[in-house]
This record gives sequence, C-alpha cells and structure tokens, in this order.
Amino acid sequence: MKITLDWLREHLDGDYSVADVVATLNRIGHEVEGVENPAEKLAGFRVAKVLTAAKHPQADKLQVLTVDSGDGEPLTVVCGAPNARAGLVGVLGLPGAVVPANGMELRVAAVRGVESNGMMCSTRELELGDDHDGIIELPEDAPVGTPFADYAGAGDPVIDISITPNRQDCMGVRGIARDLAAAGLGTLKPLDVPSIPGEGAPATDIATLDPEACPAFFGRTIAGVTNGTAPEWMRRRLEAVGQRSISALVDISNYVMFDLGRPSHIYDRAKLSGALVARRAEADETVTALNGKDYRLTDTMTVIADAREVHDIAGIMGGEHSGCSEATTDVLIEIAYFTPERIALTGQALGLTSDARSRFERGVDPAFLDDATAIVTGHILAICGGTPSAVTRAGTPPAEVKTVDYDPALSATLGGIAIPAERQKAILTALGFGVIEQAGHWQVAVPSWRRDIDGAPDLVEEVTRITGFDAIESVPLPRADGVARPTATAEQMLERRVRRAVAAAGFHEAVTWSFISEREAAPFGGGAWSLANPISEDLKVMRPSLLPGLLAAAQRNQDRGATSIRLFEIGRRYTGEAEHPTLGVLMAGDKVARGWQAGKAAPFDAFDAKAAALALLDAAGAPADRLQVMEAIAEPGIWHPGQSATLRLGPKAVLAEYGALHPALTKHFDVDGPVMAVQIFLDAIPAKRASGPARAAYAPPALQSVRRDFAFLAPEGLAAADLVRAIRGADKAAIVDARLFDRFAGQGVPEGQVSLAVEIELQPQEKSFTDAELKAVADKVVAAAAKLGAMLRG
Amino acid sequence: MSETEALKAKLLGEIETASDLDALEALRVAALGKAGSVTGLLKTLGGMTPEERQAEGPKIHSLREAVTAAIGARKAALEGAALDAKLAGERLDMTLPAAAAPRGSVHPVSQVMDELAEIFADMGFAVATGPEIEDDWRNFTALNIPETHPARAMHDTFYFPDTDAEGRAMLLRTHTSPVQIRTMMTQQPPIRIIAPGRVYRSDSDATHTPMFHQVEGLVIDRGIHMGHLKWTLETFLKAFFERDDIVLRLRPSYFPFTEPSAEVDVGYAHEKGRRIVGGNGDDDGHAWMELLGSGMVNRRVIANCGLDPDEWQGFAFGIGIDRLAMLKYGMDDLRAFFDGDLRWLAHYGFGALSVPTLSGGISA
Repeated sequence: MKITLDWLREHLDGDYSVADVVATLNRIGHEVEGVENPAEKLAGFRVAKVLTAAKHPQADKLQVLTVDSGDGEPLTVVCGAPNARAGLVGVLGLPGAVVPANGMELRVAAVRGVESNGMMCSTRELELGDDHDGIIELPEDAPVGTPFADYAGAGDPVIDISITPNRQDCMGVRGIARDLAAAGLGTLKPLDVPSIPGEGAPATDIATLDPEACPAFFGRTIAGVTNGTAPEWMRRRLEAVGQRSISALVDISNYVMFDLGRPSHIYDRAKLSGALVARRAEADETVTALNGKDYRLTDTMTVIADAREVHDIAGIMGGEHSGCSEATTDVLIEIAYFTPERIALTGQALGLTSDARSRFERGVDPAFLDDATAIVTGHILAICGGTPSAVTRAGTPPAEVKTVDYDPALSATLGGIAIPAERQKAILTALGFGVIEQAGHWQVAVPSWRRDIDGAPDLVEEVTRITGFDAIESVPLPRADGVARPTATAEQMLERRVRRAVAAAGFHEAVTWSFISEREAAPFGGGAWSLANPISEDLKVMRPSLLPGLLAAAQRNQDRGATSIRLFEIGRRYTGEAEHPTLGVLMAGDKVARGWQAGKAAPFDAFDAKAAALALLDAAGAPADRLQVMEAIAEPGIWHPGQSATLRLGPKAVLAEYGALHPALTKHFDVDGPVMAVQIFLDAIPAKRASGPARAAYAPPALQSVRRDFAFLAPEGLAAADLVRAIRGADKAAIVDARLFDRFAGQGVPEGQVSLAVEIELQPQEKSFTDAELKAVADKVVAAAAKLGAMLRG
Repeated sequence: MSETEALKAKLLGEIETASDLDALEALRVAALGKAGSVTGLLKTLGGMTPEERQAEGPKIHSLREAVTAAIGARKAALEGAALDAKLAGERLDMTLPAAAAPRGSVHPVSQVMDELAEIFADMGFAVATGPEIEDDWRNFTALNIPETHPARAMHDTFYFPDTDAEGRAMLLRTHTSPVQIRTMMTQQPPIRIIAPGRVYRSDSDATHTPMFHQVEGLVIDRGIHMGHLKWTLETFLKAFFERDDIVLRLRPSYFPFTEPSAEVDVGYAHEKGRRIVGGNGDDDGHAWMELLGSGMVNRRVIANCGLDPDEWQGFAFGIGIDRLAMLKYGMDDLRAFFDGDLRWLAHYGFGALSVPTLSGGISA
C-alpha cells in the first residue's frame, strides 16, 4: 500500500516530516518498505531569472547570461539554448546539483574561457518531459529563488507500507492517518461526508438474491454525467501510488478505495438491461473481466448481473462490457458488502487478485456504506456533474458491535509493558474503541472497521504497539535448579553420533533437496508423494531414497573436475506410510590418489562400502555381533546384482544396504562409475536399553589366548561368513573369535572350489588347554566345516 | 710381568682391534673356549697348592673377567657401528608426501542445529521434531489460519493431491510451527521446546530457496509475557553470536498464531563488505536487519490444542537456520547450501570433532 505525504495531510493535521511518519509507522506495526522522494532528485535546482544575455565572445552558438537565483549577487551562466533571453524565468541548476537525466554533477567550470556558475535546464534534463529544444520557460511571476521542486509541486514523497493482512482498515490513507494520530503524530481530521439525498428512485432497480455472500447492496443512479479526465490533483495522487488514471469515473472509484479503503463499482447504465442483482453464478457461466480475460464461474461464486448477463465478479473484478467510457452519461454506483470468506474462496478458485478483492476478503467496514455512497456521489457531482437519484438499500450489512472484556493489567502480564490505565484508555479511544469501566474490568466496544479484534490479547497489542515495543523490558525465564539437564532424545543422539562418525571417516555432509524429479525417482520405483504444484519438474517428487540426491551431487562435482568423491547426507526418505530418517553415503572416483608409494590410483570397491556400513552401525550402537549379511532388498537396477547386500538383525529388520551401485543407475545419473554407496535406516536401529552408566563387570583373563589356523577347500558357492559362523559356534566355550584371513582359488585348488583359511582364537579360563583339549576343539572345527562341505586341506 | 699379565695385555689389545664380529668371536673362542688360553690357565688352578692358588687364583679370575668384559664392550661397539651403517643405507627423503587421510566435514546447517540445541538446552528447552509432510489443519487451521485467511496465500504452499484419513489436505509444511501444535497436543505444560527442521515454500530467487531450515521456539507456562520472549531471544543471540553487544528491536507485526506479534530486528554493522551482527542499529555505521518473527501464542491456538488459555500462556518464535549460519559464518549465497559442492563443503563445513559445547565454546 502506497500513500503520499500530501495525501496523508488530507486526513492528518500536524507538523510532521516524512521521517517522522516513517519512524512512527515502523514503531506501531506498519513496516515501511521504501520511501520515494521526487524532491530529492530536484535538489539544487531553483527558479531563476535571466537578467542579461550577451553573445559568447568565443562561440557563435553560446550566450553568456547573468542570472538572478535569489541570492542577491547575479551569477554568470553560459547557455546554448536558443530561447535564452533577458527577462526569461527558468530553472537554474547550481553547482553540486545532479542532473536527473544523466546523473552528471554540475560544477563551476570555464566554457570556452568564460566561467559558468550553473546550468539553465530543459524539461528533458530534469526528466519532466521530452522537450530539449530550449530551456524551461516559467510564468514571469514565478518566485525567483524558490526550490524548483517546491514550485513544481513535485515534492510529494511516496511511502510504501507493508500492511499486515489483519489490518484492512489501513488499506486506505485514512486508516493509516488514524493509527498515526493515536500514536501522537498529528490530529485526525473529521471526515467530510456530503449530504446528498437525491431525487426519485434509481433508474435501475437493484437487489441481492444471495444475502449470505452479499448481505447488503446499496446503489443509486446519476443521470447526465460527463466522463472526462479527473482533476489533476486526483490523477497525480493516483499515479503517485501506482494507479494509472483512466477516466474521471474510474479514477473516482479508485480514489475512494485508496483514500478510505472502500471499493465501489460504477456501471454504465446504457449497457445494463433491466434490474441489477447480486446472485449466485450459474455453473459454467462466463464473464470477461476488466483485465480482458474470460472466467468460467461455478455456482459457489457470486456475481452482479442484469437480466441478460454477468457484469461483475462480485467484490473482485468488474466486467469489461459494462465499464464506463467517454460516452457514458448515466451511471449506477454500487456500494456493497460482501462476506469476506466467500470473496476469498472465489478469488482463490479463480486465481484472480485485485485491489477490491484484497479489501473485501479482509472485511471492509460494514458501517461505512451510506457514507461511502455519499462520498463517491459527491466526487462524481463535483467532477462529472449530473443528477443523483435517491439511494436504494438492498439488504443490510452485518452491524453487530463486538465487545471485548478487558483487564488493563494484561498489558503487563501478557504484553510485558506496564501502561497506566488512563493511557491505555486514551490509546483505545483514539483508535476508535469505546471503553466502559466496570470495577477494574473494562468492556471495550470494537469499532466497526476493526474486524481483526478478537479478544483481550488484541487490545494488549493495540496499547503496547502504540506505546512502542521498545518499552518491553527483558525478564529472565525461571531457571531450574542445578545444572542444565540433557534434552536430546535417543533418536537425536543417534543422528548426532552417526553424523560425526561419518564425517570423521572422511565424508563431507551434503544437504540436498527433499524433492527430486520423476526421472530421478523412477529407478527407485518412483515416489509415494508428488507435489500438485511443484516449482519446477526437477523438484517434484518426495525422494524415496537418499541416493538420487547424492548421485546428482556427485555428478555436479565430477563436472567440476572432482576425482575423489566422499559424500553423505542425513535426512528423511518419504514413503507412503512415514518419513524415515536415513543416512546415505556415496563414494566415487579414487579411493587413493596415485602416489609414489602405491603407484596407480585405487578405486573404491564394494568392501569399502561394507566397511563404512559396519563402522557406522557400530557408531550407531547397533549390535555388531548379531548383524547378518543378507541379499539386497531394493528394486532391481539400483545395486550391482552381485556386489551388494543388506545388513540385518533378522529377516525383517534391515538396518543397512550397501555395495556397488548398478552401472545402469550411475549412467542414468551421468556419474562416472564405479560408485559405492550405503544407506543406513536409522529408524530401524533398535534403541539401546538404558542401563545406567555402570558397565558389566569384567576382568581380563589371566591366561594368554591360543591361536590355531585351519585351511579348507570349500565349494565356490559357500558364503565365507557361514563357514566362519559355523566354526565360531563349534565350541562356544573355548572359541572366542574366528577370522577369515585368506581366500584363494586357482592353481592347486580344484575347479569349483576355493581355499579358505580361518584363524581361531581360544581363550583358556582357569588353566591352560591340554593337547587333548586342543585336539578336541580342532576336531569340532573340522566337523562343523565339513557339514558345510568344507574339507580340511591336507 | 707375570705370564697372566702378559696374556691379559695381549688379549685386551687383540679384542680392542678386532675388526668385525667374526674376528671377535674367534678371539673369544681362543681365550674363553674349551681349549682357550684363559680356560687353560683356569684349569691350572686345580693342580696348585692352596698357597699358590691363593696367590694366582684372583689374578686368573680377574683376567677372565677383564677379557669377558672387553669382548662384551667390543661386541656392543661393533654391533652399534653395524646398525649405524645399516640405518645410513635406509635414509629416506622425509619431504616425500605421506598418504593423506581423507578429511570429512559436517554441514553448516547441522552444525548450527547442534549449536542451537546446546544453547537452548542450557535454558531448559528440549528439541522436538515433526513430519515435513503435514496436513493443512496442523500447518494452518490449528494455527488460527482458516482456509479463507489471506495469510494462507502469503505462504506459497506446496500441496499434494492427497488427503489424509480425515480428509485434510496434505502439504509440505511451510514453517516449523505445526510442531507447536503436535507438542501442545501431546505434552502437558510447562513446555519449553525448540523445533528445527526443513520447511518448504514455493519461492526461488537469490535469497530464497524452495526448501530451507527453520527453528521454532515455544514456551508455554504460567505468567509468561513479552518480556520473557525478549530476554530469551537476547540471551540466545548473545550466546549464538558470542557477543555481548547484541541489540534487538521489536516491532509490532501480525502472525495469525500469535497475539501480540513482533518482528525482531537485530543491529549490525557493515565491515569490509560483510554484515557483522552487533551494536545498536541506530548508531553510526549500523543498521537494523529483520531476523525473526515472534509473539505471544494466540489463545485460539492454545485452545485448539486442548489446553486452557486462561491457565496457560507463552510465546513462540521462528528463525531461519540457514540465515543464522550465513550471518555467523559469512556465506553469501543460500543456494550453495544445497548444492553438495565438495569445495564449498570443505571450506564452510566443520570438523567432526568440532562439537559445540558450552564449556568449549559454541563456535567450536
């Protein structure tokens, strides 16, 4: 919402500057977004009179002028304009002034040997017009020495204010003036409402057939108007606030809207046929609005229509057909009250915004229909002439007066500022509230234009904002005894630990979009959630996996020349049922750069992914010894079918997936492979049972452990982990660890078999193992392996 | 000179000049071996009279000890020299590069979230979370933004075509405020929480991304007022920016879910092209910047959550986390936060061990 200082003075008496207005508006809750002051552009330019003009001694086309700029001593000015002559009153730019048209700063300078102390200006140089044939010629009586901005009346600063959606009453200059007056900046002038009874019934009948959406429709006709251009003061104000001047009638309607926050509509009666009524639209009825666009309506919308067609999408935008033109002579003024919720729904459904909609949907003053009718009529009669009819009042606007029970102590107990009751009363009264004191509690009558006031806290806001929030003193929150208690939940601690662990392992944390493109989601089976109104097709589907975002980031990094990529992200995957906190890890390019020791660069392999998965699950507190490597679960095409797996605590408890990504997938994302990845499903990790800080009792065994090696020939298909687990379980009392340390196939190993070497660790307890005991354990190991088809190598 | 002394002088001289370990070993065998010269002398002791033995015994034993000691010393010297020679051959150019351990980093958004958790924990605030795919009741209606409210349009909401079991429209939360609703509906006051997380608005330019991070603060208790809000924000920002000269300016504003509502500006100075938070925005060289929205929780919101607004009142605030990170750590482009550029992450990210703590400093 824009206002001008001059316009504000129309409603607000007092001695105040633009700066005062801006500071006060910001203080009381109307944020000023900008101030444009046309006078600043013209600073340093004055009304001045040419006293003498003589030919320049060195140049044919130049003259040397003496100019009276109002400071007494005449100035010498060199000028090339053909119309420069003695007696001309024009505009002089003094040294230091900046020419608006070209940004040049004027200086005292010699022009062909004659010192010039300024410049006589053309309209183009001052950006006031296109004329550059000569310098500006002002009337002879123009006051010499006056700043030109003042003389030209160009000095009206425009203030752009962000009006919060609750304050419809401030969507007009008068409402802002009222708030400023309440804040002590000037005095609100009484509103001048003409008394125009009019004669006879309106020439067009009006009615409301949809009292729910349009409870009141006031109107009158005026015959014999002339729709020329609006007076200059009105056009200047409208243009200053960004409203193009169209014709006198349209400008009057707009002016009253910006002045008083009151939209109206003026119909050309010549284009109406029969009575004009507010009614529900019929389904699929269409109207061409003033913006030139066609709108298809539904039967939940309200229109203003005559017997033949729709002329207005009620409260939102008029129809193109019935607008006023130069030929208009008879008009109908519509001043209606529309139910805000209905306007909002219609506006949302049509995607149509307008100045009228933004006011009606916030709720215009329901007690301001008669006065608005009179004011609009008054402007029309003054500017366009004509003979008004009496006013028809179809329906009645909601007129209920809201009363709020208010305890003035609340300004301190809720608002944090102790404001004396008398001062609170004065503020509320200045804002138009009626205050009735009743034994400490007040009954506060809410003015009809303050639809936003809902209860006592709103009144607290009124008295505190007008007082100024600077008066709020900081008060510490009560503090609990003792040191601060831990607040993080188990899930939060898990996330923090894992994040730091994976960063410590050399990975960089990325934050990528939660929404991805359909193309990116497709290999993952698509997403369960797709936006109805995405900002672009690239950001549309809620990610079903963290891998697409990491792959896209990897691709961007490769494009920038990165040779080794270690990225991770902790964020949510979105499935149909829930949002799952997940850790995604990605490795691409060189694991080890080429070097003088290792030689060639080494790529990542699937076991790097496994190592990361296990280390991170361990950091997450997952029971590492119970984890089982099982087959991948994801859609085919994500993982390399032979180099990927899951880590589970049972068939259904999948904690992580890891391995090499499918080459087709990396190609889909344009990433140079091979690429290794891990996803850890953080919400699948079982919470550790809280057991207090004490650890289980433990004393290191006194006796040294014993190691024995075994080599087996096993069928190629036997999973190494199965063999190790079988060996580990062969004698649970004695064997504390089993570890595979060699795998070999090829020369010396029969076709279809593989040599697997396992080291076991035996821990004696009370006394050392005897040879017989060791042999018994070895026999058990060999027997356990044999059950899986693994034979001890001879 | 006796025979013993002559032998001693000879042996010690030979040992001293033995050139390598083999020669030394030969000398040892020749002196102390079964047929060695010293061994031979020792054997003569058996055939002596007690008197002779008393005279010769100590001399011969002393000879044996001297020779043994000399051999040991010479051996150590030769071994030391041999090791020195070996090591001299093992010399490496220690300026050659060592294999670098990869360095990872924590994203500034995560780091700042950890900082927030740490600071607010000291003030008794727990961290709460909620879903990002929300229903319009919790995102809007319960927060006193009915369907026809103009504020809904201001939120640039991303909608899904879906509805939940109760027929509520599903959307991406536009703010972290629905966590207020979830918290008040499941916890009895007093409540002190912060709720950091991702939020979404259909907006994209140099300073806006369609996804960003916000932290919500909520206090519900008895007798809480705007003064507590101001103190909490001041205390938090002083701790966060690690400056005592944080000056706040509260301006009345409007949010449907708070009443009264305040925009909060913080004073800053322009230093070397950067905005440095601190100082009074009205002072020379300073200005105010809008930092966050806040206010006293609207009675309707409290009632919507099933609490009695006559008993409980409190405040709420919301701040952009990315914005806080930019102001504190000096990034100037929000879009870079979500690009995953390794160079940017390495520069602006934080070491794994840089855990913010109150004792070690929030900006660890």
